[in-house]
Amino acid sequence: MLFFSKRPTTKSLLSVKPFVVFPLLAMSFQAFAKSSEVVADEAQRWGMNMPQGVTATSNEIYDLHMLIFMICVWIGVVVFGVMFYSMIMHRKSSGAVPSKFHESTIVELAWTIIPAIILVAMAVPATSTLIKIYDTSDADIDIKVVGYQWKWQYEYLGEEVSFFSNLTTPQDEIYGRAPKGEHYLLEVDEPVVIPINKKVRFLITANDVLHAWWVPALAVKRDAIPGYINDVWTVVDEPGIYRGQCAELCGKAHGFMPIVVHAMEEVDYQQWLDAKKGEAEELKLAMSQSFSMDELYARGEKVYQTNCVACHGPVGAGGVGPSLIGSSITTGPMNGHLSLMINGVQGSAMQAFGEQLNNIDMAAVITYKRNAWGNNMGDMLQPVDVLNHKRSL
Amino acid sequence: MGDHGPAQGFGRWLFTTNHKDIGSMYLWFSFAMFLMGGVFALVIRAELFQPGLQLVEPEFFNQMTTMHGLVMVFGAVMPAFVGLANWLIPMMVGAPDMALPRMNNWSFWILPFAFALLTSTLFMEGGGPNFGWTFYAPLSTTYAPPSVTYFIFAVHIMGASSIMGSINIIATILNMRAPGMTLMKMPLFVWTWLITAYLLIAVMPVLAGCVTMMLMDIHFGTSFFNAAGGGDPVLFQHVFWFFGHPEVYIMILPAFGIVSAIIPTFARKPLFGYASMVYATASIAFLSFIVWAHHMFTVGMPIAGELFFMYATMLIAVPTGVKVFNWITTMFRGSMTFETPMLFSIAFVILFTIGGFSGLMLAIAPADFQYHDTYFVVAHFHYVLVPGAIFSIFAAVYYWLPKWCGNMYDERLGKAHFWLSFIGLNVTFFPMHFVGLAGMPRRIPDYALQFADFNQIASMGAFLFGFSQVFFLFIVIKTIRGGKQATEEVWENPEGLEWTIPSPAPYHTFTTPPAIK
Amino acid sequence: MKSSPSIKGIVARLLLVTVGMFGFGFALVPLYDMFCDITGLNGKTNAEAFIPLAELIDTSREVTVQFVATNNDYMPWEFKPQVFKMKVHPGEEIETTFYAKNPSAKSMMAQAIPSVSPSRAASYFLKTECFCFNQQQLAAGEAIDMPLKFIVDRDLPDNVSTITLSYTLFDITNGGAIAGNSLAIR
Repeated sequence: MLFFSKRPTTKSLLSVKPFVVFPLLAMSFQAFAKSSEVVADEAQRWGMNMPQGVTATSNEIYDLHMLIFMICVWIGVVVFGVMFYSMIMHRKSSGAVPSKFHESTIVELAWTIIPAIILVAMAVPATSTLIKIYDTSDADIDIKVVGYQWKWQYEYLGEEVSFFSNLTTPQDEIYGRAPKGEHYLLEVDEPVVIPINKKVRFLITANDVLHAWWVPALAVKRDAIPGYINDVWTVVDEPGIYRGQCAELCGKAHGFMPIVVHAMEEVDYQQWLDAKKGEAEELKLAMSQSFSMDELYARGEKVYQTNCVACHGPVGAGGVGPSLIGSSITTGPMNGHLSLMINGVQGSAMQAFGEQLNNIDMAAVITYKRNAWGNNMGDMLQPVDVLNHKRSL
Repeated sequence: MGDHGPAQGFGRWLFTTNHKDIGSMYLWFSFAMFLMGGVFALVIRAELFQPGLQLVEPEFFNQMTTMHGLVMVFGAVMPAFVGLANWLIPMMVGAPDMALPRMNNWSFWILPFAFALLTSTLFMEGGGPNFGWTFYAPLSTTYAPPSVTYFIFAVHIMGASSIMGSINIIATILNMRAPGMTLMKMPLFVWTWLITAYLLIAVMPVLAGCVTMMLMDIHFGTSFFNAAGGGDPVLFQHVFWFFGHPEVYIMILPAFGIVSAIIPTFARKPLFGYASMVYATASIAFLSFIVWAHHMFTVGMPIAGELFFMYATMLIAVPTGVKVFNWITTMFRGSMTFETPMLFSIAFVILFTIGGFSGLMLAIAPADFQYHDTYFVVAHFHYVLVPGAIFSIFAAVYYWLPKWCGNMYDERLGKAHFWLSFIGLNVTFFPMHFVGLAGMPRRIPDYALQFADFNQIASMGAFLFGFSQVFFLFIVIKTIRGGKQATEEVWENPEGLEWTIPSPAPYHTFTTPPAIK
Repeated sequence: MKSSPSIKGIVARLLLVTVGMFGFGFALVPLYDMFCDITGLNGKTNAEAFIPLAELIDTSREVTVQFVATNNDYMPWEFKPQVFKMKVHPGEEIETTFYAKNPSAKSMMAQAIPSVSPSRAASYFLKTECFCFNQQQLAAGEAIDMPLKFIVDRDLPDNVSTITLSYTLFDITNGGAIAGNSLAIR
């Protein structure tokens, strides 16, 4: 995006000495105030209120939010009004003489009872909204949502369609080596697709630690708890792409597992679903095909950038995870490498990818790792080898 | 008797059983922790100054948020209040010292040990605690770094220190009051601390139980919080918040007491509704035990549970409102002056009320589905804790410092400190309401572009606020080293026994009980 | 002068409260389970076999039951319901199976943890036989159909038309801890 190209000045200042640059920060503030003039999407940038959203529930919650907010504002005006009045009128410097009163049963009773009545007035609409939110019955579509460290899996129940949804923002954008895109940190490879005007029920659980599935425009937020299942529902009114994020601290990449919901007309949804099923069929076919080294390498690089880069780094030099350059695994026996990828390493952050990657991607990423970054093993793996290996286990 | 001074050298501090010495040590320790927790906060704010990862990696960022929370809650706010209690309660009730002076020494000296242990985890392999100050399982058990065991022991020691401190305070208040000092004559600071101490005794053991269960899950193969063995991660949250919610009030009730002492002095008018203040404090303390699950509206409780906790939480607004109204009515038709303690107290009333408003919004369960775990929550509890707990501590220090060291602080500098803090605080935390409502989750090291502007403003405010506190250190040291001699009363007709003794307060006071009117 | 309570007495009482509250922390565990059993909070279902009484079948009503299978961390088994969805009459005893296969090269133990959604239906979903009552051991490469028999209680609230039964499969080969203990460097 345009406007962020203005930022590097402040960044380089900040990265030098964060604790001694306050005056410089203040200067950069002026710089950035100017830069805001060239920004196109002002409303989104300075967003300071809850989005109204695109569902009946989200609108109801928005109204509730505004109602309570306004009640608070008015109470605040009255209370602070009295306070500032006495701070201005009852100063010693203007000769005020203190009175002596220090209790009044009537007044004290009044300001206990009146707030209680206001609270009841708030509780009534809140209760009715909550009851609606809790009614998950009669859903048209059920989608299981599983939180993983650090991605989401969606499974369309009864449809044999299931996929992972990974962050696609490149590491270069995150580390400031490339300009940040419009949907920085809110973009995924495969959004969850739902039809509009249908009651969609999400069954939410987790694979490892707690996560929380949250899409503000749908006003849906629910914790994903390993071993337990939670359900929430939504009916989206307008087609569109709605973005959200994980809302429960789940470890290192908690800030890097967005949610993208793509709501479309029902016909389009059906088409998408059929295509998805077709893809699954094709994949089954492709499992038996052979690929060239170049094909595998190119595909493997993509898989690597999605699944491995967060721990092993963009060029395999390691980070949180060990370096893959010349390691005993990537330059060791093929079988060991494959087993490790399928089963993961217990007690470490290395996950079991056997279920998460299909056989083609598994073959491709292993081939890539064994031949990239100067590993130059020259060997490669075909999907059918992965299949056979899994069968032989 | 009563005239011999303190021992000399380091031994004075190591072996002291004098409530004033111990109070001072608590206060200095908490200030050191306040600066350390502040540095952690500035690391967070520096990283969040703009989108992208610039200064720290996400793992370290998570350690910073965790340590910031733990250090500020257990290291800065709680010990500061215990320090004030040590200094003030014996003087306020006309007692020569705390009821259990030797235990008093212990409860202080195990604290630095606990925090050394906690801080050392940052340098261990795998890093320090990175699971948030709420340390939800299984991130804090099965998936925790190895240093979690040290974290657990540190929490145990902090808990022991708090419990010992509370027993001491309760025993002092119930047993050591001067003749004629009936319960309903006690200053509100003493009352609020008495209730706080009971809260501590009720919930710190639950926290100890909670971390003990974690320890057993991690090392002894139990499954309290592990679904595979029949446990439940949600149970962890119930146990934690059964402690955690009263803990929030532990950090605010003594502040109520402080403000209730300061506002009448500078309004030159007795506190309005003393009795209702006591009852309101007691009912807040009671309610704090039945609202804990409002921290967990999104875990998928049945609707009956959601409704119960929503209604109970909303109820807290009533006694809290009573307190705010009482303070304002105390000011009403008074004769006000605005010295530094009063400025901090007025800011307390305003900003704490704003924190209360956002708290009321968060109590509404359906709306909480949008607010939960966003920066709106961060803004809310910082509005309650910074101008709430921290500002009240500043107010207390300015108010009683002349009594402690015998010198007046420099009013001009004090006011400058106030305004810098006030502006810094609002610039830091007010924009957080906006980004929270707009959809920014908390505890993330990097964020989407639309949150950039308000985050930048918040970061600048944070540095302003942070550096103002170094200025506060300067003011306090300057006051201790010299300045205008303070009178016995210090202020104009303040109420309380502590103003009947000379300034600085002699090493031993009230060795013969004072007469109470 | 009014006599105040003795310091020793106060301390003794407060210590007792402290110990009591420490115990209460642990007592929350069974209390919570009890509470969950009664209210269906957290969607836990009965952990032991329900002994069916001569229940009458309510043929006037149909309830949809869905089955969901999820693997926990580091669980390589294939695990899925044989039937995804069925319509049942309350009171009727139904049998179905879940398929599990251990594709790994070693013998493994697993524990399935059930959870019902919506949670208010949990206490009306009565399992008379379930693979989740026991741990499952599968040798390398072994596959199995695991049986489940259940009855949907006739008192199921009217506003529940769909019940989802979810199983999460945990690897417990190395004892209760899922993924090794935390002392391992992650």
